[in-house]
Amino acid sequence: MKSSVVLRIDRIACDGRGTCGEFLPELIELDDWGYPIIADGPVPRGLERLALAAVEMCPKMALQLRANEDDTRSGSESTEELR
Amino acid sequence: MSSAQLLRHMGSNQPTTGCRRLLPPEPWAPAGLAAHLQRHGALVHHPSSDAWRAATFGEIERAGLVGRGGAAFPTVRKLRALLAHRGRPFVIANGTEGEPASMKDRVLLARSPNLVLDGAALAASLVGAGEIIMVVHRDVRDSVDAALAERRRIRLDSTKFRVVTAADGFVAGEASAVVNWVGRGAPIPLGKAPRMTERGLQGRPTLVQNVETLAHLGLVGRHGAEWFRQVGTADEPGTMLVTLAGSVVRRGVFEVAIGARTSHVLELAGGPSEPIQALLIGGYFGTWVPSPAALSLPFSASGLGVGLGAGLVVALPAARCGVLETAQLVRYLASQSAGQCGPCKFGLPAIAEQLELLAAAMPVRFDDLTRWVDEIEGRGACGHPDGVARHIRSALDVFGDEVSEHLVGRCSASEKRASLPLPTCEPL
Repeated sequence: MKSSVVLRIDRIACDGRGTCGEFLPELIELDDWGYPIIADGPVPRGLERLALAAVEMCPKMALQLRANEDDTRSGSESTEELR
Repeated sequence: MSSAQLLRHMGSNQPTTGCRRLLPPEPWAPAGLAAHLQRHGALVHHPSSDAWRAATFGEIERAGLVGRGGAAFPTVRKLRALLAHRGRPFVIANGTEGEPASMKDRVLLARSPNLVLDGAALAASLVGAGEIIMVVHRDVRDSVDAALAERRRIRLDSTKFRVVTAADGFVAGEASAVVNWVGRGAPIPLGKAPRMTERGLQGRPTLVQNVETLAHLGLVGRHGAEWFRQVGTADEPGTMLVTLAGSVVRRGVFEVAIGARTSHVLELAGGPSEPIQALLIGGYFGTWVPSPAALSLPFSASGLGVGLGAGLVVALPAARCGVLETAQLVRYLASQSAGQCGPCKFGLPAIAEQLELLAAAMPVRFDDLTRWVDEIEGRGACGHPDGVARHIRSALDVFGDEVSEHLVGRCSASEKRASLPLPTCEPL
């Protein structure tokens, strides 16, 4: 069962401390430099509490939980701001 | 770059494949307002008329004009997006042209500055913008200033124009980086959310549109959708400016009908100057396509199966090593990271280092290399890592045989130096 929240990261704020990966290895893998790779899709129901803990423990406040918006706005529009 | 050097980049068009809409006929006369108005006529706006705005939006939509800066986003959708948000919008004409080998925006602003200014003024009328900011490469600042001075003399425009010299650097042309440069003097991307059309310069809705797109808009505003679609393909209508670089006889900027045979496009530059093995299409974020297979295909995104990006086409000679070219390009692109996001800041140099080892046919962590390329994608505040990843994947695919050679310590290229044009690799 999937919940209605997703993990989002502010890539500019994130400085790769890796706290989130330690708190939530189920959804967050760390790359070779300690920066998070977040699993696609909404946070599974049973992991919401841990996800919130990971968000609260981020020293840069770079990790966020957001409502899972419908994907109707994605697709080609995601390239809009590229040049 | 001197104006003499710039002039050398202004190639000459031939009939059929070439099609002069944006660029004036040769011999190129001074790009003055009188000649411009004689050639194109005046562009009439009725900004206060809802009917005129609705009709003009309709023409732009039916024309099927998409952005010529690289992302090919439908222009009408971007224009309409501004109307949905509060605040008096800004229009920013983006002539930064951070793509190192591309010259088309500069040539356009040198030869047809008034067409770009027309398009910007039209966009401003459509979205109700209070100010237009022209962000232009320093090579063509004088041309734009002179054109605006002439227009002010006859009070041609009702919207205020301001000119800003663009910042240097590959990422400086990304939409949010342009807004950040104009607003705060920092030419680095701001991130994907919110969109510039929602909150851009001074927190107001901001249209950041490539200068070539605006020039097309200036013509659609005059002649309408049907005229625009007379050239090009049904899915990719119109003309586009291309920069032909690499091993062609006469490098330069040419206007082509989208869908023309790719070999004919290359012939505008006199054709290949030696046997070629592949074309880099779009830009340094672009995609390699093998030659001669590509030559018989239509020059369009659907024909070549790759995005046309900012219209750069680089011909790579058969005698050169595609792996070495890729390594040098990626090293350059790594140097152009704004350094704000870890995956880009650390991933790109690591990837470049492995590609350099591969290019030298030395022992390489190939599995790590391909894993890193997959991992950086989608993990930057802007599309820089994504563009690099796309480029590398296509290189590893198109130069696959040569990659295999390098993995066993050999290189089959007869010419061991890289040939692609690159600025000096200086970090931002």
